[in-house]
Amino acid sequence: MRLSIRLMLFAAALVGVAARPAAAAVSVVATTEDLASLAREVGGDRITVVALAKGYQDPHFVDPKPSFILAVSRADLLIVVGRELELGWLPPLVTSGRNAKIQPGANGYLDASANVRILEIPTAQITRAMGDVHSQGNPHYWLDPGNGRRIAQTIKDKLIQLSPADRAYFDQRYADFDKRLAAAESRWDSTMAPYKGTKIVTYHRSWPNFMERFGLNVIGYVEPKPGIPPTTSHTVDLIDEMKRQGVKLIIVEPYFDLKTPQAIAKQVGGEVLVLAPSVGGTKEATDYIRLFDYDVNVVVAALKKATGK
Amino acid sequence: MQPNRLVQVCVISACLVAVPVMTSAQTADSRALRQEIDQLRADFEMLRQQYGDRLSALEARLAALKDAAPAPLPVSGVSANSSKVFNPDMSVIGNFVGVAGRNPMSDQPSLSLTEVEAAFQAVVDPYARADFFLSASPEGLEVEEGYITFTSLPAGLLLKAGKMRAQFGKVNTMHTHILPWADRPLVSQNLFGGEEGLTDAGLSVSRLIPNSFMFIDAVGEVYRGDSAVFHSEARSKLNYVGRLRGYRDLTEGTNVDLGVSYARGPSAALPGSGTRLTGVDATFRYRPLRRAIYRQFVGRTEFVWSRQDVPAGAQQNASGFYASADYQFARRWFIGARGDRSGRALDSALHDSGGSISLTFRPSEFGLIRGQYRHTRYAEGIDANELLLQLSFSIGAHGAHTF
Repeated sequence: MRLSIRLMLFAAALVGVAARPAAAAVSVVATTEDLASLAREVGGDRITVVALAKGYQDPHFVDPKPSFILAVSRADLLIVVGRELELGWLPPLVTSGRNAKIQPGANGYLDASANVRILEIPTAQITRAMGDVHSQGNPHYWLDPGNGRRIAQTIKDKLIQLSPADRAYFDQRYADFDKRLAAAESRWDSTMAPYKGTKIVTYHRSWPNFMERFGLNVIGYVEPKPGIPPTTSHTVDLIDEMKRQGVKLIIVEPYFDLKTPQAIAKQVGGEVLVLAPSVGGTKEATDYIRLFDYDVNVVVAALKKATGK
Repeated sequence: MQPNRLVQVCVISACLVAVPVMTSAQTADSRALRQEIDQLRADFEMLRQQYGDRLSALEARLAALKDAAPAPLPVSGVSANSSKVFNPDMSVIGNFVGVAGRNPMSDQPSLSLTEVEAAFQAVVDPYARADFFLSASPEGLEVEEGYITFTSLPAGLLLKAGKMRAQFGKVNTMHTHILPWADRPLVSQNLFGGEEGLTDAGLSVSRLIPNSFMFIDAVGEVYRGDSAVFHSEARSKLNYVGRLRGYRDLTEGTNVDLGVSYARGPSAALPGSGTRLTGVDATFRYRPLRRAIYRQFVGRTEFVWSRQDVPAGAQQNASGFYASADYQFARRWFIGARGDRSGRALDSALHDSGGSISLTFRPSEFGLIRGQYRHTRYAEGIDANELLLQLSFSIGAHGAHTF
């Protein structure tokens, strides 16, 4: 008897405050700034968007901070990159978020990778001896504008499902984004066209979709294996290979140390380019289209210098 | 049928009649005709060739497309492993510790596989997830934790039921392999159960307290009373634990984490008496986002007060604390230091103190090698200087840890 009274008091004290009234706009939490930007393109002022990881942060290694739990607990829709990118930090946020709406499988949980083109899906047995390989393919898929369009469409469909009254608004926003993206794509394609087939080196395997889309040829990585920091022997081999093939450009994400890439660039007489792998990765990359504007401009300027074309 | 055949017969007979008449007169015409037929035949042959080529080219392209097309997109797991999709995430973590140096107060062997932890974690259904941690140590195999978490309760509640580590302070909630040290602090060993800690069967309810200033989480727990600190012999006597945790981001790279914890219940050390524990903990973290994989600092301290209510005797009050700092100075290297001081729960006149420094190398996220020098001065006046070597290694898919 005494026990049950104590338990009830416990529960009553914890419940305390009554549930908040629902907000009018759809509250969206996206795990990355890229997804947040695409959601904003489609959702406009009918949604509010919060991004968890910053664009200049390694999206594999994010602290599941309690402040993120607060954001997740208030969300109507959680958009994730998926493909195991957030495996190390999102699950505890979703569990601690105490939010039935955004649990995996619920209506408010959206895996943005559902309809996109995924590269590097392993076809044979993988082990951790290969480094940080993702069993569901390369998760950096948003770096292909074609995939950006597909993500935007997936988000649009989900927003319509959550807020059917705004269907016309979301449709119109998506059509507008689609048009602007198509115009930008033809711009990027024509500036990149002269450099098709140019060989480059990247730090991590973050760029296969970007390189495939714009026809650049990645011949090696600064990391010996995904997620494994550079080693001397691998660096020496890479320098030899770059010299042999005449490779001058090394592309690095903003969250990696530049010491090794710069040493390699010095040896081969090349250049290190810090590109933005995500919206917010540099201050110029304020939205999804400007992200490619920035990256394409930086790459083209360097290639122009290197090739004289 | 009948009229058709009639027509055919007529045409053939007409031809037969006509040809001999025409042969002599129109040899030139027939030559031209033959030429035309040959021409047509050649044209036809060329067309056939062209269409054949185009067809085989199309077939080749189709086959190439089939190869290049992305495989159907699995939503979880790899298609090749689809039979394992519903298996829980499974992992095994080994913790190997070697000790050198003299310590008459400790019976820790020179080399031992102190723990093998097997974890099984998965979502149960749309309403809950389950986590099991089995721990095999030289003492035997036991369920370290095994609980269900209801994630979809109303009013922002989170309910856990099963056997689990009580939410008392910080170090009590941590599994061995995520501690920044090769051992547990003196205060934990003297006042709240050491390695095993407050781990018991019970219920845990927590709720976020909404406010605009900081993250506040309130936890209330009730346990059966069967841990290293609390022991109950009656159903009506239970062990209660409460915790209030506040967290705030100072900047994007720095934050503070504060907590107050309280636990009370029947004492395990003195049957018939009660034990109360009060704890305060503070953590400061620094991790610059742009260099998050290279630099990190965590400073942490935890104070615990213990009170034993002896039925017919003097009340025993003891307290202790540790303060630690850990700094990551390269992608795979960490250094750390810890200061310790703690009274003994049953004799408030006795105090142990000590200190440690450590160097940790993490070749990958899945393993670590740690060297730790530990000095301990026991209340009896005994000094112990020890060198600890820890190897921790994990295989399989281990769920992410809470922050």
